[in-house]
Amino acid sequence: MALRFLWGVVHTPRGGASAFVLMLVIACALFAPLIAPYGYALQNLPGSNTSPNALHWLGTDEFGRDLLSRIIHGARTSLTVAVTAISISVVVGMTFGAIAGYFGGMFDRVVTAVVDLTWSFPEILIALILIAIIGTGTESIIIAISIAYLAQFTRLTRAQVMALRQETYIEATVNLGAGHFHVIFRHLLPNAITPVIVAGMLAIGDAIILEATLGFFGLGAQPPIPSWGAMMSSGTAQIFIAPWIILFPGAAIALTVISINLFGDALIDALNIRSRLRDV
Amino acid sequence: MSALVSLLGLTRDFSTGSGFLKARRVMRAVDDVTLDIPRGSVTGVVGESGCGKSTLGRLVLRLISASSGSVTYDDTDLGTLSPGAMRKMRRNMQMVFQDPYSAIDPRYTIRRTLLEPYQVQRTPLPDAEARLQELMSMVGLNPDLAASYPHQLSGGQKQRVGIARALALNPSFLVLDEPTASLDVSIQAQIIALLEGLQRDLGLTYLFISHDLSLVRYFCDQVVVMYMGRVVEVLPKARDTPHHPYAQALTNSHFEPDPTRRKQVQILKGEIPSPFNLPPGCAFAARCPAATPLCHSDRPALESASSGHQIACHHPQG
Repeated sequence: MALRFLWGVVHTPRGGASAFVLMLVIACALFAPLIAPYGYALQNLPGSNTSPNALHWLGTDEFGRDLLSRIIHGARTSLTVAVTAISISVVVGMTFGAIAGYFGGMFDRVVTAVVDLTWSFPEILIALILIAIIGTGTESIIIAISIAYLAQFTRLTRAQVMALRQETYIEATVNLGAGHFHVIFRHLLPNAITPVIVAGMLAIGDAIILEATLGFFGLGAQPPIPSWGAMMSSGTAQIFIAPWIILFPGAAIALTVISINLFGDALIDALNIRSRLRDV
Repeated sequence: MSALVSLLGLTRDFSTGSGFLKARRVMRAVDDVTLDIPRGSVTGVVGESGCGKSTLGRLVLRLISASSGSVTYDDTDLGTLSPGAMRKMRRNMQMVFQDPYSAIDPRYTIRRTLLEPYQVQRTPLPDAEARLQELMSMVGLNPDLAASYPHQLSGGQKQRVGIARALALNPSFLVLDEPTASLDVSIQAQIIALLEGLQRDLGLTYLFISHDLSLVRYFCDQVVVMYMGRVVEVLPKARDTPHHPYAQALTNSHFEPDPTRRKQVQILKGEIPSPFNLPPGCAFAARCPAATPLCHSDRPALESASSGHQIACHHPQG
């Protein structure tokens, strides 16, 4: 059923085009060493800053490294960080949101207060503060990004659970003698999960931008591991002599994020859950 | 006939949350209800919307807790049970809900819905398929529907699923909370016939909550009339003549399909009091044609008039 549904989404122009680009990016991330024509750290100083040509389709950077290979490897960094961070965020956020929305009381008040507080700061600021505390590196930005997006999923799940808790079938299940665990995991979360998953998918796009921004500041993956943000950062120095160094990683980010947003949008329309997502 | 379920002084208050510069307001949804529900019979609860009859049904099953008073099932005070023991106790007492459209999880198939009671109660079924077939045929559902989702069923079919789920654990007591109110008239009759047959065949005890008086008269043995959370009259036989002015007005408002027997409907005048601020006397006094100053100042207690007949009125009529 789910497969046939996805097939239907892919068969719309918007869903199909965005799915194609996403498959390409995911393939790059999974099979980077096989697809990339050169190694991502292979330097060739005499051939630095060459413009796109037959040997280096997207040109080379200031160390003569092949830009196409680095972008393909960069997809791996970006997607790993974004997907891991958002997955952690969704799982933890759903747990907090479900407990807060179901039990209410003091826990709910504390969770809501913290969520509202973090809601008023931009994600980038929260991530920067956290990195200042825990340090730089790939693991650090995963943790920072996952905490930065936690409020969103907690809030969405809490709202869903609070609405679903009023449904008669929940009362019926309680009347059968079900405990809290059964009610939350067998009824509330399965019914609340769809909008949260779609919001999570859209957040992956935002997280890729956040990862690139942190990479641009040199806070993410450390050299020579390529990250799209760090590549753009090194391109700023050569922007007038070798504009392709900043242009192509930027295009990779834009294309990926636009595709994620378009695909997410197509999913929202196909699932008819736009109104349930309004809270985010 | 002994009582299967006994209510003693059952009371439930709801309060609006107190906020900044906002006083806490308390509403008494169910006020001091004492009632015996005889084993193997149908007890009807009637009253207008908001009179507390649905709250009463949920209090009896402890789906909401009482502010005071007790519910006794088969000589066991439900209030003394531990949460675990109460969950076990729920096998004996089930509910059929008013809205069949939201009473089944939209992600559950009928099969999963009907087997959920056994999963929840951790009672292993030797032959789940056979029990499923049995339950579905008991409520007149085609067993082929087992793989369907609720959105593929009609309202009447969904209500049959709701009844089958309530019967799954072999309960002896069912609360029927307006089980036909959201169904078409033709389907209503089928559901009532089904419930009637099940009650007779399985020897069930029903608490039937409804605002449809003709239905209650047809279906019930004992009838309880509620007004603003209080019991105003208990009729031991559904066809007995009511003596409380409110119960009479309720009876008169029943619409007669035969035009030659149709009479003038007596419309009550006056305001329904705010449930947050009930008058000191009889709650019905402001609308009552027979009210005297006594009714406005003193609240009439529920007293036995004749065997089984109870009434809370200073001036019983007719």
